[in-house]
Amino acid sequence: MTKNPPTLSKKDFSSDQEVRWCPGCGDYAILAAMQRTLPEVGAKPETTVFVSGIGCSSRFPYYMSTYGFHTIHGRAPAVATGLKISRPELDVWVITGDGDGLSIGGNHLLHVLRRNVNLQIILFNNQIYGLTKGQYSPTSAVGKVTPSSPVGSIDQPICPARVALGANARFVARGYDVSKQLPDLFKAAYEFRGSAFVEVLQNCPVFNDGVFDLITDRKQGPQHQLWLEDGRPMITADGKKGVRLDPKTLQVEVVTLGEGGVTEDDLLVHDETNATLAWLISDLPEVKALGVLYRDPSAPVYDDAVRAQSEMARQKGGGDIDALLRSGHVWDVT
Amino acid sequence: MQTPTQEVERELRQSVVIRFAGDSGDGMQLTGTQFTTATALMGNDLATFPDFPAEIRAPAGTTYGVSGFQIHFADHDILTPGDEPEVLVAMNPAALKVNLPALVRGGLLIINTGAFTRQNLDKAGYTTNPLEDGSLAPYRVLAIDITALTLASVQDFNLGAKAAGRCKNLWTLGLMFWLFGRSRESTVEWLRRKFAKDPNLAEANVAALNAGHVYGETAELPQGVGIYQVAKAELAPGTYRNVNGNDALAWGLVAGAQLAGLPLFYGSYPITPASTLLHALAKLKSFDVVTFQAEDEIAAVAAAIGASFGGSLGVTGTSGPGVALKTEAIGLAIATELPLVICDVQRGGPSTGLPTKTEQSDLFQAVWGRNGDAPLVVLAAATPGDCFYMGIEAVRLATKYMTPVMLLSDGFIANSAEPWKLPRFSDFEPFPVHHHTGPVEGFHPSLRDPKTYGRVWVKPGTPGLMHRIGGIEKGQDSGNISYDPDNHHAMTKLRAEKVARVADDVPEATLDSGEPGGELVVVGWGSTYGAIRQAVAQVRAKGRNVAHLHLRNLWPLPRGLAALLRGFDQIMVPEMNNGQLDRLLRAELLVDARGFNKIAGQPFRIAELAAEIERRLGVAPSPHANVDVRA
Ligand SMILES: Cc1ncc(C[n+]2csc(CCOP(=O)(O)OP(=O)(O)O)c2C)c(N)n1
Ligand code: SF4
Ligand SMILES: [Mg+2]
Repeated sequence: MTKNPPTLSKKDFSSDQEVRWCPGCGDYAILAAMQRTLPEVGAKPETTVFVSGIGCSSRFPYYMSTYGFHTIHGRAPAVATGLKISRPELDVWVITGDGDGLSIGGNHLLHVLRRNVNLQIILFNNQIYGLTKGQYSPTSAVGKVTPSSPVGSIDQPICPARVALGANARFVARGYDVSKQLPDLFKAAYEFRGSAFVEVLQNCPVFNDGVFDLITDRKQGPQHQLWLEDGRPMITADGKKGVRLDPKTLQVEVVTLGEGGVTEDDLLVHDETNATLAWLISDLPEVKALGVLYRDPSAPVYDDAVRAQSEMARQKGGGDIDALLRSGHVWDVT
Repeated sequence: MQTPTQEVERELRQSVVIRFAGDSGDGMQLTGTQFTTATALMGNDLATFPDFPAEIRAPAGTTYGVSGFQIHFADHDILTPGDEPEVLVAMNPAALKVNLPALVRGGLLIINTGAFTRQNLDKAGYTTNPLEDGSLAPYRVLAIDITALTLASVQDFNLGAKAAGRCKNLWTLGLMFWLFGRSRESTVEWLRRKFAKDPNLAEANVAALNAGHVYGETAELPQGVGIYQVAKAELAPGTYRNVNGNDALAWGLVAGAQLAGLPLFYGSYPITPASTLLHALAKLKSFDVVTFQAEDEIAAVAAAIGASFGGSLGVTGTSGPGVALKTEAIGLAIATELPLVICDVQRGGPSTGLPTKTEQSDLFQAVWGRNGDAPLVVLAAATPGDCFYMGIEAVRLATKYMTPVMLLSDGFIANSAEPWKLPRFSDFEPFPVHHHTGPVEGFHPSLRDPKTYGRVWVKPGTPGLMHRIGGIEKGQDSGNISYDPDNHHAMTKLRAEKVARVADDVPEATLDSGEPGGELVVVGWGSTYGAIRQAVAQVRAKGRNVAHLHLRNLWPLPRGLAALLRGFDQIMVPEMNNGQLDRLLRAELLVDARGFNKIAGQPFRIAELAAEIERRLGVAPSPHANVDVRA
């Protein structure tokens, strides 16, 4: 598909529906990144389907001119699995939020990833329940004050990428809403065969403004962004810091280049196919690993296996209802 | 191998009810099934009722580990597995303890004395040995050390002690085949097929089977124990097979999908007594069937909805607790107007309830159990064979009206078997689905057939018709999200009207037996069909003007029902629940329906229904709407 020069444009993927997110919401940038990506990868609106759960983020399908299914809270991965199994030729994208995908739908996220169904999952992480007006979510920081946690949340947050890795996801990536690289991540996810999980850090200016400023801010961001490149040492975007492994404790630490004799040679080199490495760098204290954390294209794809079994059965013949009813012991009464 | 019926004098019986009972590990279900096959091949009509414990491997010898299998066979048309067994096979003390109360007085009792050890007697709660204390005097007892005789019969095969002991159900089966004049042939064939990889084990089992048979032929049977014969039943000409409800349902769904011209997607999560439906469909991949064992019931129905969105026929199956979990997603299918078939193989509730026992207490859940005004079509199968037809009907209505259809079965229908006269598939009218492909001009996803109100069904992948659907209310004229108050009112009415119109597409209410305007009509639904039909026939035979009406369409109710019911002096509604159809009829039709309820996890007996009908004919209607079978 990607071989053809793109003949469609962003506009061909935009629906006529008025977008109804709050002004300044990070969802706008993610939508734009998607609408830019799809023509570039050669996708067609008629063979593309967006399946979402419930939440601000899950309104997404209405704004795409593709096929879309806005389902129920948390269940999009299951709906998408049924769709993809029965229509493997379609490009299926799942849109979910930190609440939708990690609380109510956590179970389905786990299972779609472990099965490795060939679809893309974009999790909009704004560390809050946006649609229900700002309660803390499974990714909210401890101490977060919200209407349902007036003196601060006491829940320990989870790291979405680690949930995915723990579920045996074969593609795990992370980006943020206004990042220029977001289309590249979507593209990589699209081209991956199997479940591709992309966490997008998304600002909710209304209920959780600025939680990712440290990473996304134009000025201070580069100090905290650790863009990963396969085969390249792990260095922050400002070039000043890096990630090193202490071989005695098997812990990773963020170190400053040139300080205490630390050079590039001391740093970890990214290997996309190394799940252990992906785990180690997925939840660093001072910097945020961005880009493709893990990619293993060798794993069997679920919908391929479903098709293979169907094909095998079909080759043995069948489909005759009368023969089916008459299989086993039958007798005639005259 | 010859059927021995010609060689010896046999006492002719019109019908026999046998119950096989033993420990879960004794292989009683297998024994019963083999006896059933042989009986069907003899040309008798029959009905069976397997009754097994919830525990897979309950501690041996305990009363709660007792597994039973009842078969009723006859030289005439029968519809139930029989009220009370006349023959009881008790493989151990616990089986005797649990089942003896059901045996008719004077019935034949076949006992494996080898299992009547002190330890087993204690486990069953016997303080004295019933074989010795005279408590079995009212019965005809055939006491045999089956354990010892089995071990002797297989000693040449060098099986381990455990494997040798396991052959005792086949020894017993051999004896029963002799007593009731059935051929061993089908069982021998089956054993050789099942143990093809271990011919020694196959032949050991065959030897045990033959030994039991020979024992019957040669042993001096005690006074009062005869050998019997049941002549062929007069069945309508045709090809027959034995079928249980879940197999018939699986085949019906597959047949329905073929008639619709659609691939079938079945999403399910294992639950008793619906799991065997998943097992059956998983074997039918060559019929354009995909089965998906989901992570839970929500995912199972959600995946089925996803498949329907993709243009396949989405089907999900479960029991009551699973339907509860699926409820929100079923609402999504109603809101998005996608076809979906939900099979509810009911069991005792609430909560986990009685997983292996039958009940019909999900009617309210099926008809009304959702948030919002969320109507769907509810059907119920009456017998195992009926599941085939209702499976087809569910697919027809779901695809024609673009609606979820809930198809109710229950544990009794699912597990019991009956001879089924096989239909010819070519006799069924196809109802091909035409996915909408255009025109593009003026298209929106809420376009609908003016007659059925069925929404257009467009497969993703169709150029020019890209659209979005979802659970948020949609505009009647655009398919786009709409919060308009008048639109929501109109859409709610439209969803109700769409389902109501199904009543024009299904048979009008008719009596199953009896004439309109009589003294009393018995109204049933689901698996109570056979028992009610027989009970009504018994009372009618005494000259009373009673009738039987059976409902397969629970929602919408069939046309003409109110007028028909109002013509009777009394309306009696027997149900295996605490009163649901009676209330539904009262609410919908303003008729004086009165329940008769049995909530024991067991089917109705014909006698208890007949007695209640007669009681109601003889006495003024009680002021209470409901009467319990136990009252
Ligand atoms: C069954 C059910 N429970 C609760 C809700 C209410 N609800 C809607 S969205 C939401 C949380 C959404 O949070 P998230 O997934 O993070 O999405 P966001 O709005 O932040 O994008 C909740 C609790 C619902 N719609 N359905
Ligand atoms: S509430 Fe937050 S996440 Fe939701 S649309 Fe508004 S800004 Fe975006
Ligand atoms: Mg959120």
